[in-house]
Amino acid sequence: MAVIQLAGIERVFHLGDSVVHALTGLDVAIEAGEYVAIMGPSGSGKSTLLNLLGLLDRPDAGSYRLEGRDVTTLSPDEQAAVRSRRIGFVFQSFHLVPRLTAAENVALPMMLAGIPAAERAQRVQQALKDFGLDQRADHRPDQLSGGQRQRVAIARATIMQPAVLLADEPTGNLDRATGDDVIHLLEELNQRGMTLIIVTHDPKIGTRARRQLLMEDGELKSDSARPVAAAS
Amino acid sequence: MRHADVLRFARDAAAGYPLRTSLSVLAMAIGVAAVVVLTSLGDGARRYVIEQFSALGSNLVIVLPGRSATGGFSPANALTTTPRDLTVDDAFALTRLPSVRRVAPLAAGNSEINANGRLREVVVAGTASPYFDIRSFAMAQGHFLPEGDWNRGAPVMVIGAKIKEEIFGANPAVGELVRLGDRRLRVVGVLKATGQGVGGMNTDEVVFVPVSLAQSLFNTSSLFRILIEARSRGEIEAVKREVTAMLKARHGEEDITVITQDAVLATFDKLLRALTAAVAGIAAISLAVAGILVMNVMLVAVTQRTAEIGLLKALGARATTIRNAFMAEAAMLSLVGAVTGYGLGLFGAFVLRQMYPAFPAYPPDWAVIAALGTALCTGMLFGIMPARRAARLDPVQALMKH
Repeated sequence: MAVIQLAGIERVFHLGDSVVHALTGLDVAIEAGEYVAIMGPSGSGKSTLLNLLGLLDRPDAGSYRLEGRDVTTLSPDEQAAVRSRRIGFVFQSFHLVPRLTAAENVALPMMLAGIPAAERAQRVQQALKDFGLDQRADHRPDQLSGGQRQRVAIARATIMQPAVLLADEPTGNLDRATGDDVIHLLEELNQRGMTLIIVTHDPKIGTRARRQLLMEDGELKSDSARPVAAAS
Repeated sequence: MRHADVLRFARDAAAGYPLRTSLSVLAMAIGVAAVVVLTSLGDGARRYVIEQFSALGSNLVIVLPGRSATGGFSPANALTTTPRDLTVDDAFALTRLPSVRRVAPLAAGNSEINANGRLREVVVAGTASPYFDIRSFAMAQGHFLPEGDWNRGAPVMVIGAKIKEEIFGANPAVGELVRLGDRRLRVVGVLKATGQGVGGMNTDEVVFVPVSLAQSLFNTSSLFRILIEARSRGEIEAVKREVTAMLKARHGEEDITVITQDAVLATFDKLLRALTAAVAGIAAISLAVAGILVMNVMLVAVTQRTAEIGLLKALGARATTIRNAFMAEAAMLSLVGAVTGYGLGLFGAFVLRQMYPAFPAYPPDWAVIAALGTALCTGMLFGIMPARRAARLDPVQALMKH
């Protein structure tokens, strides 16, 4: 069964008098464990799509089933619970809380989910070790390099063991070598079974994915998994 | 999110912006300190006055000649324009009343004291031995006026501590002969210094002589006051009633005024309490200002941390969690400010007491509770709006702000 099932998704923004169709008639299914790159020029709707997938935004029409459950009709609190346990975010600008240490940043989703402090400490320690950050546990973000910051962010995104990992230009603020490290790290997570969806306009990163979705003007221009269907 | 985590998160958030946090804590602290210090002043004034009055003696009832003229003109008043004088016999008659413990007549005037080559104007109080106990005096040397017939006083006098010092210096006064007006009197006692006095009559600067001697010195047969001590606090009203009845019977009409220390005290007490409350009200305005400052600070915090709020939402924080975190932060700023201000206020009151030891500048309990309560409430109340704004932020928009 598909972990993500989008059917007839529409998203419309009203900017003054003009109406912008950010997403129109989107039908996509993503299987569990897939590695998908969403590509396209600026304004093509790929960020809007990522926000919808992360339940940060609601579609105006259509249905979104996450792990078989219709999540568009959930209340805000129920959506928050889904975000907490089933979805992990990695951002271009890391979005670490500057006053918190690396360990505290990684622990943040567990704290929000109400997991006891003792269990948090143990899981954070394991995660920092897995991501090669155990020497940096007490460092604040401004004491870390860009690559280390993004690794902290990925540790945070995966600490709740989500079904889907959403990465928005994860290498956008990193140099080539560090960016490659981060991509390898994400791919490693994907090989261990986590569904990985990366938004990027870097073709080199896009082509590494096993499946590419190409967006243009709010529509799905091509889907490497279904070349015929997308062309018709 | 667990409560302990909400509090820890709020604490770290407040600590993460030290300048912002310390400014709003300071504003709240100043507000609370102002209330504590100003009510200490007001309540201190009240206690000071009450202490001064209590020094007059306990369970005191005072009789004045003449009706208190509060009734305006009426034919009844017109018939009694000249009240009959209070006399020593009136005072002595009052000693037989059941609720009365002690009675002391009081005749007063100014005269000159002349001794040891020094001359001084003094207040002369003509009274009798019970006056000593009614006013709870203490002797420094010798004894007070001797007991005996109030109409035949011995040629003796008791002097206040300051007069003793000014006339005799360090030399012994007891046993010395002193000229008072045209009389020669022997000093039999010196009162201990009290420093107290109401109405410009400091007992340290008074000369006490037997009442009959004072009356002949001033060539009068009337009394200035009669002081009465009731047997107990509960019998003050009975004394008032009995005294009024007896003097009415003796004079043929009610031509005296009886006042109790309680009534005078109650009036001052009420007055000064109202004053304290008014001062507290003015100080409370600074608390409201502090509350608005906390609101501003929290609004700035929401703006500064927009991206963080978006992140928290993306990580699965519910709107209530975010609201609680910001409310907790506002409450913490107010609480720390209130407690700091309370400490500052107590210190201010302490400094006041050090500077003016006679002035009991302690903040009243109600003011402390009201100040802390108001500080917390305003902090929380003004924290609601920013917290709701934070909770309502659109995560997509919030995350884009960086």
